Amino acid sequence: MNNSERNKTIHQDPKERICNFKEVSLGFDEKLMLAEADRCLGCKAAPCRKGCPVGIDIPAFIARLKENDMDGAVAQISKDTLLPAICGRVCPQEKQCENFCVRKAKLGGSVAIGALERYVGDYALKSGIVPEKKPENGKKVAVIGSGPSGLTCAADCAMRGMKVTIFEAFHKAGGVLVYGIPEFRLPKDDVVAKEIDKLIALGVEIKLNTVVGKTITIEELQKEYDAIFIGTGAGLPQFMNIPGENLNGVSSANEFLTRVNLMKAYKEDAITPVYCGKKVAVIGAGNVAMDAARTAKRINGEHVYIIYRRGREEMPARGEEIMHAEEEGIEFKLLTNPVEILGQDGKVCGIKCIRMELGEPDASGRRRPVPVEGSEYVIDVDQVIVSLGTSPNPLIRKSCKDIEFSQKGTIIVNEETMMTNVKGIYAGGDAVTGAATVILAMGAGRKAAKAIAEQLGVE
Amino acid sequence: MNKILRIVDIAPRVKEYLIEAKEIATHCKPGQFIILRVDKEGERVPFTICDYDAEAGTVTLLVQDVGYSTHKMGKLKEGEFIHDMVGPLGNATDLSEFENVVLVGGGIGCAVIYPQAKLRKAQGKPCTTIIGARTKELLFSIEEFRENSKELLIATDDGSLGTKGFVTTVLQGLIDRGEKIDCVFVVGPMIMMRNVSELTRKYNIHTIVSMNSIMVDGTGMCGGCRLTVDGKTKYACVDGPEFDGHKVDFAEAMNRSGFYREHEGKCKLRGE
Repeated sequence: MNNSERNKTIHQDPKERICNFKEVSLGFDEKLMLAEADRCLGCKAAPCRKGCPVGIDIPAFIARLKENDMDGAVAQISKDTLLPAICGRVCPQEKQCENFCVRKAKLGGSVAIGALERYVGDYALKSGIVPEKKPENGKKVAVIGSGPSGLTCAADCAMRGMKVTIFEAFHKAGGVLVYGIPEFRLPKDDVVAKEIDKLIALGVEIKLNTVVGKTITIEELQKEYDAIFIGTGAGLPQFMNIPGENLNGVSSANEFLTRVNLMKAYKEDAITPVYCGKKVAVIGAGNVAMDAARTAKRINGEHVYIIYRRGREEMPARGEEIMHAEEEGIEFKLLTNPVEILGQDGKVCGIKCIRMELGEPDASGRRRPVPVEGSEYVIDVDQVIVSLGTSPNPLIRKSCKDIEFSQKGTIIVNEETMMTNVKGIYAGGDAVTGAATVILAMGAGRKAAKAIAEQLGVE
Repeated sequence: MNKILRIVDIAPRVKEYLIEAKEIATHCKPGQFIILRVDKEGERVPFTICDYDAEAGTVTLLVQDVGYSTHKMGKLKEGEFIHDMVGPLGNATDLSEFENVVLVGGGIGCAVIYPQAKLRKAQGKPCTTIIGARTKELLFSIEEFRENSKELLIATDDGSLGTKGFVTTVLQGLIDRGEKIDCVFVVGPMIMMRNVSELTRKYNIHTIVSMNSIMVDGTGMCGGCRLTVDGKTKYACVDGPEFDGHKVDFAEAMNRSGFYREHEGKCKLRGE
């Protein structure tokens, strides 16, 4: 076995990429893919699988890659995941599979599992392989929401021969994959749309512009469908509740990103406007915050700050996103907490922050940030984007009184079957977990599809 | 795709559209709204549903040519299609607990109070209605309002029809003559809703306003439509669009509603 260093993926140069919305990471070419696949030791115990929320058989698909057997790799990975091109791009691999790779500490670094997964996924999309489908059995499934969990549940049900209809509130399918994650991290036409085309090829019907609970009720769906899967995500933005938050120039990351990603406001001919200042403060340090900061930089931002109350180690974003943000000149104001947004003539003109220091670990296991008294100072900004996470949308809760919800507003399910307290109604993804990852949502959709099949007596 | 069945010019730069929208028509209640996109690349624009017919599967919208998308909509002809439409969104108006209601409509806002007038008349509790505009040409459906109201009062800024002055002038008159009023439901420009709320506050008359904030998704996701009501942040799309007029922070709401006027189409990719 070789002791080679982990191969680096190909990237667009930071100076160029801050002037475009094209994908930043270009992944591996064939040569790099083969070299990296070769680094996998093929451990029998496969500790990497422990780190994967859906337990993908990682050594098995990499074994196919070593042989450059692409169709074989696709067939292998498809047993465990439906969206490798997406998860390869957006999973926090360094906290999941790659964190458990035996090469991590001493053998040149973890195998770049995410980049290899993406390579397989992209091949599958390019070659247009459509999963095999069992004969139709007349069972009907309604899927609410077309984000990662809904797409997966729909595909798995369709492959089992069920007739699936997805209900999507927006005018475009994909959920967070289209409104949230920017083009430069997840291409919409080349990746997301192609994944959705696969579903359509499987016979899944997508009803856009349909808000379940408004355009059609859950009760109506219950009459027409044998099972329902709720994958409505966690779309409700949280704000800080500090003075000045409703000034012009303050928005949620959701609004900013939706205007740019879904409505294409960055394009010259776009009709939807987006406000983007020259000095932008993004509050929070998760993936969405990085996305917002890097988007602002690409549009207009001369100075774009990430303002985060904890330290570098505690930032929840993927390692790669933080690295990319730094390369692109995003300025990190860590251990800094906003206390007030300052305005002039109804518009943002600054943000008053207080310095923080790290104290004892809190409930999350991270060291609790404590304000340093008298350390307030003002950062000169003309835009503030709040990215402090999201909570589940209350629309479903309001429209279906029978389903049990937690105090946090998440749907309560049986973790084995993903079924709610109402027979035949299943749920998964962020609507159940609160804001989490694409791969977890996908895993939940998959689990639910299996349980739905069992309930309906489908193989 | 939603087919436009009929277009009627009802005032200068204001058109009434009868649009095919079966699922919306069979699920909507007065006071709710829709979001539409005129064409494939269009922005998402909210409009209140003025009328609907569940059996025919149609909704009626009133569109005033005020910006890019409404202008584009104005170019569509009968038989053509609106690219897409989602709804019904927001909460329905519920005035059932009030016996004596005064409806106040300003400009295009009159379209929003009309279904209430109709509903209350059908329920045997017709309202006193006040409609107002800058000048009489801008008023519409006067006869329909008269038929569906206990009494119809009109105000025009220039005095070309009804009382010369604002809707508040007429409302003040009603209060002065001792009219029993349990609730005022007012829809129109924000400044008008604020002024009506200021007036009724003095007499402690419950007042409901309908907030036409800027929004993107209409389902609580973007937070663009947020406003302060009774010191708390609310979303017009999912918590409203109607709120207690005495509790709305109008100064903030008016500031926010003007925000994108100056930014329409100005902010694009760096380097382009």
